[in-house]
Amino acid sequence: MASVLINVPAKAKRGEIITIKTLISHVMESGFRRSQLGVAIPRDIITSFVCNYNGEEIFQATLYPAIAANPFVAFDTIATESGTIAFTWRGDNGFSATDSANIIVV
Amino acid sequence: MTDKTIKTLASRRDVLASAGSLVGGGLIGGFGLLSTPVAQAQVQVQVQVQAQMQSQMRSQVQSQVQSTQADLNLAIRRIVGEATVKPGKVKLDVPPLSENGNSVSMSVSVDSPMTPADHVKAIHVLTDKNPQPYVIGVKIGPRAGRATISTRMRLSDTQNVIAIAEMSDGSFWSATETVIVTLGACLEDLS
Repeated sequence: MASVLINVPAKAKRGEIITIKTLISHVMESGFRRSQLGVAIPRDIITSFVCNYNGEEIFQATLYPAIAANPFVAFDTIATESGTIAFTWRGDNGFSATDSANIIVV
Repeated sequence: MTDKTIKTLASRRDVLASAGSLVGGGLIGGFGLLSTPVAQAQVQVQVQVQAQMQSQMRSQVQSQVQSTQADLNLAIRRIVGEATVKPGKVKLDVPPLSENGNSVSMSVSVDSPMTPADHVKAIHVLTDKNPQPYVIGVKIGPRAGRATISTRMRLSDTQNVIAIAEMSDGSFWSATETVIVTLGACLEDLS
C-alpha cells in the first residue's frame, strides 16, 4: 500500500476556496530509462487521479511519465458542505490507492 | 531520404552486388579517373551506406530520448483540435533555472471568474524536448473556485514548458516558459 499524505483544512467557511494538497509514494518509472545492463525498464506510473467531494467529482488529472516520482498534486475547490473528500489514484500494473479526509464547513 | 537510399540501407550486400549496374546507370559518372570504375563505385557506395547507417542510427537514438517540434504540434492539435491557441490569461509558474530535472515544481493559474457561464474546463501542460510531450492533463470546473494547479515534473533537458487552458466558451489560451536544467532527468545512475 502506497503511503499517502493529504492536506485538507479541517474547518472552512461556507463558500471559501480551499487548497487541497496530495502526495503519494510511487516510483513513477518513466519507461524511458535503461538498467546498467542496457535493458529497458518497463513503465510503471500512476495514470489517473480523481477527487470526489461527497460523491461529486471535483477534480480529475491524467498523469504522464513526465510527472516526478512521488506525485504531488495541489488544486483548489470551494468548501460547500461538511463531509468527506475522497481521493483515488490508479496506475500501471493494476495500481490503485484510495484515501479520504473529512472537512467541517461552518 | 529517397526510396533508393532506403533500399540501399535495407540490404548492404544487395547494394554491393548491384554497384556495377549503378555505374552503368551513370549515377557515379564523375569517377572515371581511376583505373577500375566498378571497384571505385563499390568503395563509394560502401562509404555512402556507412554514413547513412550512422546518421540513421543517430536519428533513431535522438528520437528515442527527445520528442520533436512535430510531436509537440501533434500533441497540441490532439488537445485543441482545429481551434487556435492564443497567448495570455494563463500564468505558468516555473523556476527559471533548475539544478535537478527529476523534480521541477510547476504551478499553473488561469485568469477566469470560474462561474458556470465562464470557467476553465481543462488545463494541459506540455514540454517540447521530453521523450514525450505530455506532462499532465487536468479537468476542472466552476466548482474549483480558482483555476490553479501545482505539481512537480521531470525535465530531460533545458526546454520550454507550455501550459494550455481550455475555456468553457471553447477558446484556448496558453503560456510558455523556458526552464534551464543543469542536470536532466533520465540521466541519473541506476544503482
